[in-house]
Amino acid sequence: MNIKVRFFASMRDRMGRDEEVVAVSDGATVADVWARVSNGQAMPASTLIAVNMEYTDASAALKDGDELAFFPPVTGG
Amino acid sequence: MKVVVQAEAFDPYEEVRRYEQTLEKGKHGGVVTFVGTMRDFNDGQDVVAMSLDHYPGMTEKHIEQVCAEAEQRWDVMDSLVVHRYGDMYPSEPIVLVAVWSAHRAEAFDACRFIINYLKERAPFWKRETTPAGEKRWVEHNTRDPKAEVNDVVAPARADN
Repeated sequence: MNIKVRFFASMRDRMGRDEEVVAVSDGATVADVWARVSNGQAMPASTLIAVNMEYTDASAALKDGDELAFFPPVTGG
Repeated sequence: MKVVVQAEAFDPYEEVRRYEQTLEKGKHGGVVTFVGTMRDFNDGQDVVAMSLDHYPGMTEKHIEQVCAEAEQRWDVMDSLVVHRYGDMYPSEPIVLVAVWSAHRAEAFDACRFIINYLKERAPFWKRETTPAGEKRWVEHNTRDPKAEVNDVVAPARADN
């Protein structure tokens, strides 16, 4: 299945790209996708995770076509 | 309820006046507004400009969720949020939260809830420019020390 992965703010700088589409096997979790896109880097402890624009955590299971985003703590307002 | 996320500078007081004209006359007893503006200092350093990154779609969705929650929790007539993204300069408005209610207590509580929740959950990121031209991401917001912590749940971080 294909997952669209997006990076924002300092996470975009760290990863050197805005987004990519990765093909993973059925049942893959957020953590599995992170392992694929991060080249073995540990996920920073403060990382926030969203799937289809709702917050979730690294154990969340994904489905084909999901949009997964990794980003640092938010600083709006 | 109206939520606008835009790059253009705006006049928050004109936004409040214009939106209030669309509300039913004589029904609200007050409007509480919060206007967040850009400082020219942060963390002990001067700041000359700021760029605000955001996650289009998710920002609007989460601000709408918090306004809907505020309208359920308190006896609120209507609410308006305008939030900028992109490049901005000191003293410019960044965010407006306005809440209309029959009575002041609900309007104060709902307005405070919306801005605190927005700051915890709406996916915006500030990047400041110092006078030397250095650009740095702001790593965290200051919390409202009077926020009712149970009211404003921060999203789970990767380490918890």
